[in-house]
Amino acid sequence: MTHLSKIATISRRGFLIAAAAGGFSLGWRVPFGSSAAFATDADDPEINAWVVIKPDETVAIRIARSEMGQGTLTGLAQLVAEELGCDWSKVTTDYPTPGQNIARKRVWGNFSTGGSRGIRESNDYVRKGGAAARMMLVQAAANEWKVPATECSAANGAVSHAGSGRMLSYGKLAAAAAKLDPPSPGDIKLKDPKDWTIAGRPLPRLDTRPKLTGEQVYGIDLKLPGMLIAAIRDCPVYGGKVKSFDAAKVQNMRGVKKVVPVGETGVAVIADTFWNAKTAVAALPVVWDDGPNNSVTSDTIAAMLKEGLDAPEAFIGNKAGDVKAGLAGAAKVMEAEFAYPYQNHATMEPMNATARYTDDKCEVWCPTQNGEAALAATAEASGLPVAKCEVYKQLLGGGFGRRGRTDYVQQAVWIAKQMPGTPVKLIWTREEDMTHCGYHPITQCKMTGGLDAQGNLVALHMRISGQSILASLSPQSMKDGMDPVTFQGLNAGGAESAFGYDVPNLLIDHAMRNPPITAGFWRGVNTNHNAIYVESFIDELAHAAGQDPLEFRRKHLKPAHFAVLQAAADKAGYGKAPEGHFHGLAQVMGFGSYVAACAEVSVSRDGHLKIHKIVAATNCGHAVNPAQIERQVAGSFVYGLSAMLYGECTVAGGAIEQTNFDTYNVMRIDEMPVVESIIMPSGDFWGGVGEPTIAVAAPAVLNAIFAATGKRIRTFPLAKHDLRQT
Amino acid sequence: MVALNVNGRTYQADVDARTPLLWVLRDTLGLTGTKYGCGIAQCGACTVHIGGVATRSCQVPISQVGSKQITTIEGLAQSSGAGNGILGKVQQAWLDNEVPQCGYCQSGMIMAAAALLKDKPNPTDADIDDAITNICRCGTYQQVRAAIHAAAKA
Repeated sequence: MTHLSKIATISRRGFLIAAAAGGFSLGWRVPFGSSAAFATDADDPEINAWVVIKPDETVAIRIARSEMGQGTLTGLAQLVAEELGCDWSKVTTDYPTPGQNIARKRVWGNFSTGGSRGIRESNDYVRKGGAAARMMLVQAAANEWKVPATECSAANGAVSHAGSGRMLSYGKLAAAAAKLDPPSPGDIKLKDPKDWTIAGRPLPRLDTRPKLTGEQVYGIDLKLPGMLIAAIRDCPVYGGKVKSFDAAKVQNMRGVKKVVPVGETGVAVIADTFWNAKTAVAALPVVWDDGPNNSVTSDTIAAMLKEGLDAPEAFIGNKAGDVKAGLAGAAKVMEAEFAYPYQNHATMEPMNATARYTDDKCEVWCPTQNGEAALAATAEASGLPVAKCEVYKQLLGGGFGRRGRTDYVQQAVWIAKQMPGTPVKLIWTREEDMTHCGYHPITQCKMTGGLDAQGNLVALHMRISGQSILASLSPQSMKDGMDPVTFQGLNAGGAESAFGYDVPNLLIDHAMRNPPITAGFWRGVNTNHNAIYVESFIDELAHAAGQDPLEFRRKHLKPAHFAVLQAAADKAGYGKAPEGHFHGLAQVMGFGSYVAACAEVSVSRDGHLKIHKIVAATNCGHAVNPAQIERQVAGSFVYGLSAMLYGECTVAGGAIEQTNFDTYNVMRIDEMPVVESIIMPSGDFWGGVGEPTIAVAAPAVLNAIFAATGKRIRTFPLAKHDLRQT
Repeated sequence: MVALNVNGRTYQADVDARTPLLWVLRDTLGLTGTKYGCGIAQCGACTVHIGGVATRSCQVPISQVGSKQITTIEGLAQSSGAGNGILGKVQQAWLDNEVPQCGYCQSGMIMAAAALLKDKPNPTDADIDDAITNICRCGTYQQVRAAIHAAAKA
């Protein structure tokens, strides 16, 4: 793995932009090229970039995407193993490094792990990687036996020759196979998913056991010889910076090695242990220059967004007919306003990264959802060429979109650069993590709907006012000033996130209002609030039309959208809830998948909400590991319901007020509903599963709360509302 | 110097007496299976057993530990009688039920569950709701509950 010089042929700036944009239409081709350009270890032959087979029959499958709990590591390995035809019990996995990917002309494709894209975006080329390796192993056996390859077949980690009954294991063939030319891409045929025996099955994850014994090393656990630990304080006010700090006051505290500035906005203490670093940085006198935003509060932000609800100018995301005329001609017009707050990802493992800088090399060990963006950040922060930088990805203690950003990587490099040669591990306190995030964007929404005399939805105007994630994180990805990501779940069509309702007169538009708090990608992203707005309001319209919410949706939803809703309603026994329990429905298309939920709740007279059960239905096209999909669905509900019940980050003086889990509450096990999953892959597309269902948990529960109490909750979190029945 | 007994071994740690047990375990003894999540005893990622009681180690100054036996996730299997390299009963139930997603909170979850099962060998759902207040952001609660019931039956 010594061919880093090839990177010189890649424009550094182009790489930085592509890596930062991570996942946004990167125009690379995935070659299955010869491994000849790669320093193959003779003992561990690399058949191609995806497959290494060792003499002891161990199959090491390379995984480009980041594992953060979502199970992509196991799912991607299943896809490669399926086509390779190996023995699943012999499979292990390896992460290639981002530096190796660049050096090998991005042979592993995109490293970015977000948008529920890990499997759906790479399934084709990883399966082809497995298939190509199988063809080379078969050819190696055919060469050995001097028979045509067509007479040989591969299964369960061995190639056999039907005519003679001869058999050779992959381990014995690997060295010869690695020397062969790869098949031409046109000759690689993938299996029909109907014939899968490894993929499509609920196989156990490959990475469970070390998580049960304390052996699993996360980024925060990393140990390197001579390593020191840094704790940081970054300016709490968005847009502010450090004016001055008095290092002498803490320089002699226990364990302190050095006090350093971190860019223009932060200060860090490097010490022997985290506790000593944290204690000293907390005691460090810092004078902040608050900058222009120290009068920003939640109220000023709310007023800014409120103005956008009726503003004349807005970006149009979806349009049909003439909404103005449609509303004017409607028999009944309904209107409702909603508001959704900032929320923190609150990954269980706080942000951290370890860096070692010398004039000749900068290395970073970090949990990241985007190894290549972390590499780009390392190069940028160190000032070294990309070829002299490397990133070693560590297991993430949760990602949820937060670790697609590289702010903590940049900080770690800046800190390590001030102590050359010494590895320094930067660990954020929970307080630092809570107050320095790319928050779930804040929005308000005005829904206006018109029903005809028969109760049909004839006109709908959805005006979103609020923050653009791309404006915060990736302005270069915006389209003529517009943020297309805002319209997740609302688009006119397409394979990613289409609006499910047929409405003859429709306008969905966005008055972009960007407060100075950084917004970010947060598991489920814009589908979370969009689904709350749409599915709550559709429920209101159904009641206004005097129709059952399921029947109302049946009339207006496109078939693929309704199919999952019907399945969830059927399994939940919709309309036949036990005495005192009430059902609520929601559906959305997001991240390429169709999902729906039917929630069953009760609300006691004193206002106590109990979410008894949620039945979820997912059509993700292909289901690579149903057991992991079930876990993703149940887990996404915890994330989505935590957000709806409790999630709110408020702003005062330009800073976030919540600092830890005592003020930023999340669901515990006592609030966990029973979650039943229906996985109904239709087989004709590839959809994501990590995120889409998160968006239906909240509106399904909200609609069930309405059924139980007659109360419409339109501002969040729910904990601010009184559900007592008077 | 502070003496402490962790997983049946005695250690000497040269740390400030106010240092929380969590950071002595992690940074001084190198036992990183016990996790930092919040530092204010809210999330439970740092749960260990002190004298057999599930305790959030981020809020326990090392000076208060004294000679009490500390068990961390690394020592749980042995403390429950399983041999080296063999999982304890709770860990085995966690494996069988495939509880972890990212896994970061699971050391604390398992330690809390092991303490619950010691007090109440056949916990009800209500017992689990009361005793397991650890935070999991991946949302493994349904599997945690199933695994605790499975461990009770094992």
